[in-house]
Amino acid sequence: MAEPLLSVRALAKRFGGVLATDGVSLDLAPGELHALIGPNGAGKTTLLAQLAGSLEPDAGSIVFEGRDIAALAQHRRVAAGIARSYQITSLFARLSVRDNLALAVQARSGSSFVFWRPRSAEAALFEEARSIASKIGLAGREDVRADALSHGEQRALEVGLALATRPRLLLLDEPMAGLGPEETARMIGLIERVRGGTTVLLVEHDMDAVFRLAARISVLVNGRVLASGSPEAIRGNSDVKRAYLGEELAARTTSDPP
Amino acid sequence: MMREPNVKAWLGPLLAAVFAIALPLALRAFGQVFYVSFASQVLIYALAATSLNLVLGYGGMVSFGHAAFVGAGAYVASLLLHAGVDSAWIAWPAAMAVAAAIALATGAISLRTRGVYFIMITLAFAQMLFYLANSIKAWGGDEGLTLARRPALGFGVDLADELSFYYVALAILAAALYALHRLAGSRFGHAVVAMRENETRAEGVGLPVFRTRLACFVIGGAVGGLAGALLACHGKYVSPNVLHWTQSGTLMIMVILGGVGRLWGGVLGAVALLGLERFLADFRIGWLAALVPNYAQHTSLAVGVVLLAAVLFAPRGLAGWRRARDG
Amino acid sequence: MPLNTPGDGSGQVLFTLSWILLVEQALNGLQFGLMLFLLAAGLTLVFGIMDMINLAHGSLYMLGAFFASALVEATGSFVAGVLLAVPATALAGMLLERALLRTLYARDHLSQVLATFALILILNELVRIVWGSDRPLAMPAALSGPVELLPGLYYSSYRLLIIGVGFAVALLLHWLVARTRLGMWVRAGASNREMALAMGVDIGMLFTFVFGLGAALCAVAGALLSPLLAVQVGMGENILIVAFVVIVIGGIGSIRGAFVGALLVGAIDTLGRTLLPIAFSAFLPPQFASAAGPAIASISIYLLMAVVLFFRPQGLFQARGQG
Repeated sequence: MAEPLLSVRALAKRFGGVLATDGVSLDLAPGELHALIGPNGAGKTTLLAQLAGSLEPDAGSIVFEGRDIAALAQHRRVAAGIARSYQITSLFARLSVRDNLALAVQARSGSSFVFWRPRSAEAALFEEARSIASKIGLAGREDVRADALSHGEQRALEVGLALATRPRLLLLDEPMAGLGPEETARMIGLIERVRGGTTVLLVEHDMDAVFRLAARISVLVNGRVLASGSPEAIRGNSDVKRAYLGEELAARTTSDPP
Repeated sequence: MMREPNVKAWLGPLLAAVFAIALPLALRAFGQVFYVSFASQVLIYALAATSLNLVLGYGGMVSFGHAAFVGAGAYVASLLLHAGVDSAWIAWPAAMAVAAAIALATGAISLRTRGVYFIMITLAFAQMLFYLANSIKAWGGDEGLTLARRPALGFGVDLADELSFYYVALAILAAALYALHRLAGSRFGHAVVAMRENETRAEGVGLPVFRTRLACFVIGGAVGGLAGALLACHGKYVSPNVLHWTQSGTLMIMVILGGVGRLWGGVLGAVALLGLERFLADFRIGWLAALVPNYAQHTSLAVGVVLLAAVLFAPRGLAGWRRARDG
Repeated sequence: MPLNTPGDGSGQVLFTLSWILLVEQALNGLQFGLMLFLLAAGLTLVFGIMDMINLAHGSLYMLGAFFASALVEATGSFVAGVLLAVPATALAGMLLERALLRTLYARDHLSQVLATFALILILNELVRIVWGSDRPLAMPAALSGPVELLPGLYYSSYRLLIIGVGFAVALLLHWLVARTRLGMWVRAGASNREMALAMGVDIGMLFTFVFGLGAALCAVAGALLSPLLAVQVGMGENILIVAFVVIVIGGIGSIRGAFVGALLVGAIDTLGRTLLPIAFSAFLPPQFASAAGPAIASISIYLLMAVVLFFRPQGLFQARGQG
């Protein structure tokens, strides 16, 4: 590919006796939606955490937009354009949707070392929060406390918080976790809308969504990239079928239209 | 949510201000000038508790070593006065500056730790200062330092006069509360609260958690130092006891009883705790005296019981912002 | 206030350093460290297993001392008094745990800090009401003389007793934790509570036992140290902080860490007070040395803690599993 947006080489992370990330190498092209699939415990979230900067790798390199960011703290990576959403919903539970989003916008736009001027006076900040709320389908729900939202709305806000930082690389950790069919369709729609200018690394278990959204797919098993390629290539890959939930993948292969 | 100027919100503070301004005049009229001095003490502790409230209540940082900053301020002001520097305009800002510097140094180390380690390390740092003050003879050692007189403020204000001192302390407290109010509504204030609510996500959306918390810690320390300076100047005395960790505990109790993370938490807590102790000391309770003859010497028992009850029976866990378990 | 020097302590800075003094101070450091270990072990167990910060741990130490003093007076025998004080304090600890403290296990650390701080206030005042602010506890006459360890080297026989008892209790604790089923449950609870629960351990009884064990250890330390220090209300607070420093250095939940940490702290604190003033007087003019020496010595253990935490924020050893 032309200059990749993100280039990961030989990334490794060990927890006691377990090698959670075992020499992972990965390239993401700009604007690509790349899905990361694999069985539970494969190390997908651990990988995302290392890319986002909340976990320090033991070895390997992470190059983002031509710049080695392995030593960069998480909040600086957000400023550099990398944001993540969380598999287990992690919001500011007691704050309203508006305040949740306002925080992310605040972090992105200017300093938080403003001690005197009331934030409530910053119309632009709240205008942007409102527009993101709209984009994620929570228009009209801005005054609701985050912990009072439905699960689907919370997952949307999860993604919204990451979006609010205007990332160039969006790391989504199982955004569809626990969603019903209607909510899943909405989330897929949201991700499709986002996809355009933003590069997305999507960790997901929902194969329908994965095959619909992804331009390329990587399969992570036991901390290692087993295979990487187009959806068709992955579908046909026998190693993947064997190592992953074989029956489910095999079933898809035979029943899906070409 | 945008807030228009809210008359109701200002009513409480206005009444409090009127009461606070009228109080010493009334006390003097009734010949109870001693209580004006006590009221000043309450104001100073209210300031100290408010400074801890910023760190603990708003910031969610359970610092058990806040006495370090209050004590540092007390010592700096005392040592300067003792050395002949007579002006409060030098002594008090100096106290704040030194306290802030200590907060910066200790905070930079402490804030790298989490949970229990943070509590312990802040506690240990304060104890460190306690032992330091205890062992340095030039600072009075374990007997402390007595000051000849209160500092000079100029502008015709004589701090030796109890009413004047009271009004100066009141003005400072009022300024601090207003500053806290502005701080809470600012970007900084919202960021600090966000970090308290969900540190992981705060970092995740790109807020600089360490730096912001450190700034909060330092501001709290600086204001604590000011309270310490006022304390030393009020009593004209400083000793290592002001640095002891039980002092940190006392401030924490005030914040908890008064309302963590609420603007008036420090004030209410100081009034409640000191008021309770003063009440027990000065007003004889018949039935209690029958049970325990010298109950007035055991006021900490009452404080302990009240605090324990507050912790055990608080509706939603103690500090409203804490869930059942730490992260 | 120095915790480990007998009454004569302050002021003299310029000693002639002799190996006798060094050995004597090293033994003092060992003695202090072993007693610290008794306190720290209970504290780290309660912390590691029940995840509870117990500031009132020092109050148990104080109770042990007061019980010992009262019982020695009642029985007329030092040994009987001390031996009886241990189960008395353990019982008091277990009652406290059952009645009050177990409600705190599920609470956040701030609540625990405040509640146990409240307990300190309450227990201090209750002790003061029952026994007064202080009590005497004299060294047993048989042990008040020195023993000649080596030609020219005399050492207090009482302190030797403390060292002996300290080692014995440490070994007993090690045997209990490493070689018995009960100990296995304790270790399991320290490293992974969910796992211990899954193993079918009666958590409630285990917690009460651990708390009682901690209280017993406190009582041993409190009773033994009393003839050297004083039996007074508030004696628990100062040593409690040092115990916390020990477990922070050693690693929360790790008994081995508590042992190593306690000996380190004991050594640095004791030797520091002796050597630092001498070292300083070699480099600095007398008026600074006499101030700086004791000052730095008094904070040496906190500096140690800061250094350890800087490089290993979780302490030297680790008992807790991940998460």
